[in-house]
Amino acid sequence: MGGYILKRLISAVPVLFGITIIVFLIMSLIPGDPATAILGSYATPENVEKLNRDLGLDKPMVQRYFIWLGNMLTGDFGRSFSLNRPVIDEVLERFNATMILSGTSFVLCSIFGILAGVISAARQYGFADKAITFVVLIGISVPSFFLGMMMILLFAVHLRWLPVSGMYAIYGGGDLSDLIRHLIMPALALAAVATGVVARLSRSAMLEVLRQDFVRTARANGVPERRVIMGHALRVAMVSILPVLGIQAGFVLSGAVYIEIVFQWPGVGRMLVDAILARDLLVVQGGVVFVAACYVLFNIAVDVAQMLLDPRIKT
Amino acid sequence: MSAFLTLLFRNRLAALGAVVIMAILILVLNIPLLPLHDPDVTATADRFMRPFAEGHLLGTDHLGRDLLSRLLHGTRLSLAVGIAAALIAAAIGSAIGIFAGYFGGRTDNIVMRGVDMLMAFPYILLALAIVAALGPGLMNALIAVAAVNVPFFARNIRGITVGLAGREFVDAARLAGMGHTRIVLTELLPNVLPVIVIAMSTTVGWMILETAGLSFLGLGSQPPQADLGSMLGEARSAMISHPHTSIVPGLMIFLIVVSINLLGDGVRDALDPRLRSGALSRPRATTLVKRHGDVPPTTDDLLAIQDLHTEFHVGKRNLRAVDGVSLAVKPGECLGVIGESGSGKSVTALSVMGLVASPPGVITGGAVRFQGEDLIGAPYESLRQKRGDRVAYIFQDPLSTLHPLYRVGQQLAEAIRSHDSLSKAETRARAIELLNDVRIPNAKSRVDDYPHEMSGGMRQRVGIAMALANEPDVIIADEPTTALDVTVQAQILSLLDDLRRERGLAIIFITHDFGVVAQLCDRVAVMYAGRIVEEGPTQAVLDAPAHPYTKRLIACVPELGGGRRELAAIPGLPPVLDDLPSGCAFAPRCNKAAKSCRQGEIPLQGPALRTVRCLFPERTL
Amino acid sequence: MPALKIEHLAKTYPRKRPLFGAAPPGVRAVRPMSFQVETGETLGVVGESGCGKSTLARMLVGLLEPTEGTIEIEGKALGTADPSEFGKLIQYVFQDPQSSLNPRKTIRQVMEAPLKRLHGMAKPARNRRIAEIFASVKLREEFLDRYPHEFSGGQAQRIGIARALAASPRIIILDEPVSALDVSVQAQVLNLLADLKTRFGLTYLFITHDLAVVEAVSERIVVLYFGAVVEIGRADRIFANPRHPYTGLLAESAPVVGRSLAAPEQKGIELPDPLNPPPGCAFAGRCPRATDLCRTREPELKQMGEDQLAACHYPLEN
Repeated sequence: MGGYILKRLISAVPVLFGITIIVFLIMSLIPGDPATAILGSYATPENVEKLNRDLGLDKPMVQRYFIWLGNMLTGDFGRSFSLNRPVIDEVLERFNATMILSGTSFVLCSIFGILAGVISAARQYGFADKAITFVVLIGISVPSFFLGMMMILLFAVHLRWLPVSGMYAIYGGGDLSDLIRHLIMPALALAAVATGVVARLSRSAMLEVLRQDFVRTARANGVPERRVIMGHALRVAMVSILPVLGIQAGFVLSGAVYIEIVFQWPGVGRMLVDAILARDLLVVQGGVVFVAACYVLFNIAVDVAQMLLDPRIKT
Repeated sequence: MSAFLTLLFRNRLAALGAVVIMAILILVLNIPLLPLHDPDVTATADRFMRPFAEGHLLGTDHLGRDLLSRLLHGTRLSLAVGIAAALIAAAIGSAIGIFAGYFGGRTDNIVMRGVDMLMAFPYILLALAIVAALGPGLMNALIAVAAVNVPFFARNIRGITVGLAGREFVDAARLAGMGHTRIVLTELLPNVLPVIVIAMSTTVGWMILETAGLSFLGLGSQPPQADLGSMLGEARSAMISHPHTSIVPGLMIFLIVVSINLLGDGVRDALDPRLRSGALSRPRATTLVKRHGDVPPTTDDLLAIQDLHTEFHVGKRNLRAVDGVSLAVKPGECLGVIGESGSGKSVTALSVMGLVASPPGVITGGAVRFQGEDLIGAPYESLRQKRGDRVAYIFQDPLSTLHPLYRVGQQLAEAIRSHDSLSKAETRARAIELLNDVRIPNAKSRVDDYPHEMSGGMRQRVGIAMALANEPDVIIADEPTTALDVTVQAQILSLLDDLRRERGLAIIFITHDFGVVAQLCDRVAVMYAGRIVEEGPTQAVLDAPAHPYTKRLIACVPELGGGRRELAAIPGLPPVLDDLPSGCAFAPRCNKAAKSCRQGEIPLQGPALRTVRCLFPERTL
Repeated sequence: MPALKIEHLAKTYPRKRPLFGAAPPGVRAVRPMSFQVETGETLGVVGESGCGKSTLARMLVGLLEPTEGTIEIEGKALGTADPSEFGKLIQYVFQDPQSSLNPRKTIRQVMEAPLKRLHGMAKPARNRRIAEIFASVKLREEFLDRYPHEFSGGQAQRIGIARALAASPRIIILDEPVSALDVSVQAQVLNLLADLKTRFGLTYLFITHDLAVVEAVSERIVVLYFGAVVEIGRADRIFANPRHPYTGLLAESAPVVGRSLAAPEQKGIELPDPLNPPPGCAFAGRCPRATDLCRTREPELKQMGEDQLAACHYPLEN
């Protein structure tokens, strides 16, 4: 167990390097002089010269990469010109908000998705199956940003049940119940698509598993049907559902970008979009590397869960 | 192709999706012919006109531009970009996937490492990084969306290709002198293509959403050019005061994506051969029963199968797998059921406890009586209580019949606890005892093994232990040694023989092997095309077969010690079950068949316990 | 000159190197083995799962590169694994007839490939040849334009045989050609194979796990255990007079009508682990005659009697 985690962590090192290389290569696609592009409207001759010196932009590419990498490893992601503060500070602050939002959505989509998939499979072609299939189809077809906008119209503007946007009320907010009230709509809107995908996959994984011989064995042994489905079949189906949950976590993080914009949620996604529009490329670069690295670590956790679930994976 | 279309449109939802998307396509392709306003001409005086306003069917936006015109132009652009991204991603991704999957080894390793790195990003981060570097713009958004989706195709197609490349027809092609390029293009590609089409049809909707999303963020199409995403993005600020400007493009995206998804699901269902045969349906907890005709009366046998009919309803075809089979066992007796594939022997066995997969299986007639009580159509709970407890099964492939993720001890414990409420410690002790009974060495430690940690022979012993767990009266063994090596088979057979003598078990032993039957069974029933053609004491049937089929089948089987020789063969093939000839099903392959063999019902007749279904038996009984 | 001669042919699959430490020794699927097949002979190869019979077969047709050793066909040594070089001399009939036919190709396309690629025949010549071959395997020519899923197992296996014949090979490797078939169809295919052999002067290597079948079709039989040859002998004598205890065990285990059921091995014996092979004779763990010598030294294949060879320190007496 411990050995397996260590092994996975070590094998993540090249992936993390790969991520930095890919981001570095993409950023080197920037046309024109990089310092000017990075500084945008702040590109005074002094600033350009300073940046060139700091980032080694006048050096060859390989050397430049290692300077950049070295800076990041010491926690120096550069300084944002549009925000006038260190990139890492901004990213950490925003990441917290994003985690609250996407974490909630991820838990929701996992629970409801799997549950819906199992019910759907167990009642194949029944009313519950048809109803779930229909809702899922809508869920995966509606753009989350449109869904969010419609929710605001309905629940915040017309019914006035929930606040329109933001993370906390501007006056007198700040406690947990305030956060939850602000969180409900964005979390649900964000979870909708992922729930649909998880439900579809869980349904087909369950159908696949229910046809297998060991299910017949369990039935032949007189194991009660509820236990056959929730125990025997779901356990094996989880082996193929779990990796998809890992992928869905990436989709939830991605969808968070739209939802943060729609609901004015102060997360990383909104920061990235603002930074792109402001051409503040160091923020983009730092934010992307940081979030991707966290996602890699999350996927290691998924792998460990997979290992615990499936004894056939040799540690 | 036409078969594919028929199949596709039989799915009404897919047809609906196809109609909607076709209508949208026709509309946007004919934009030049339609009397539309210029989508980019602003008229600030006319801003935020409501739908159905004069001259503006859908109203106007915040700059007074005609929404209908912008909607159609935007739809055209969104569709074009989404479909282009899907095509690019599919082409590049599939090429990478096929390449890596076919060549395997180090090539595969390196390529897939790279793909994994791309997949290590939440996809939008990659897209945002690309757009950040290249600058906002529709073309760059297209590049970003395509690039982000390449890894999905690559991984998907690689998986399929690896499976195909290991298939024997690829080896055969190499032996036929074909080179790598030719094999990839003519052997693999035609088989991978449906998967590519499926993957594309199920992701193109998603890609339209993604490009719309980037435009929504202001990173895709730039003003004044409109696509659906940017229309929605621009309308967002006025969402509360003038919701129609948001709802119009939003609904359009939804309509497009939902109909593409419906169509995509239909395409997938029509192209996937497993779905096509209806194989992806879940078997119910018990076989469906639709009994016609009278239920036969009670007998005093321990287990009696009486005039059993089991059919498979596949589409319009009705396969009569079991067509009026009657069998019975008494305590301590071993009955062999022998037949070739498709003879209905396994279906007969599974019908007893309602374990025939349903759909497609349906029991349409007869009875199965355990100690006089009819099990066909019995309520689920009463059937479940007898499963494993009174009548237990041993199945063919011990690897697939054991649960892969539970320890064997847990599985035995569960079989016990489904019928008895014993404590944890007691069930564990009982599980170890059972493993000892089936002569698994070192049972105390093996009880914590997973099935994959055992050899085939050991696994089958666990299967037998499981069947013995509740001390049943009858064990139905469905080809329990077919998947095993001969030396292991001999061990398992002798174990079964000992157990039945020690415990007075009745065994129904399904097999295709005369040698096995001869060694183990007291009586044997021979099945052909869903019917019993001959039944009797094993020795009598083997020494003096009465049915021509039995006689010739025995002659076909080479026997060890017979030396090098020409083997007798039966010409022709077994009949198709949905098109059984009238009269004797064996008549078309029988050299003694007369006209009378091909008509009417031929009864199973003879003295008690020695019967044959033949008008011209090899000997009189 | 023998039709096929192999010397010290072996295959070792490398194992993955762990994160730390050296790579473990590879899995020896086939240990160095030598034997030859005379022209016109059928050599049976028997063994249970995991004995290396399929690995051997794939090396013989060039689908798998041997780790060491040589393959000679009619005196001509074949170099590296290249199926197109092997294809004209030696062909393969697969166990699963359905899986050996591309589901998206017509039978005609399948049949044409070897004629076009290996022999470079023109269209009319190909059609003539296909008609000839189909007649000899007793298949109707109308089958040519159908797809594989339309055929039963027996028919598909005939098509597989026809494809092998199309390359006009000298030798055909038959890898469990009838295991997937029902007994009544099995006999049809076996008889067809015997007929084709005499008609075209072929040489067969017949791989199977079924002792009765192999005895019925072969002149000589090679018994494999755990990747090594343990015994070679004449088909009509080897099971009646085995010298190696494993051959004896196989013969006793085969279910035979009229012989009472007695397990030759009562204990639940575990088979040797390929990842952790025992030293000495691989069969020693199951062998009642085994001594310390067997557990430490691997026995060589030795001549025993006039035409029998066995690899055993304490061979069975006749």
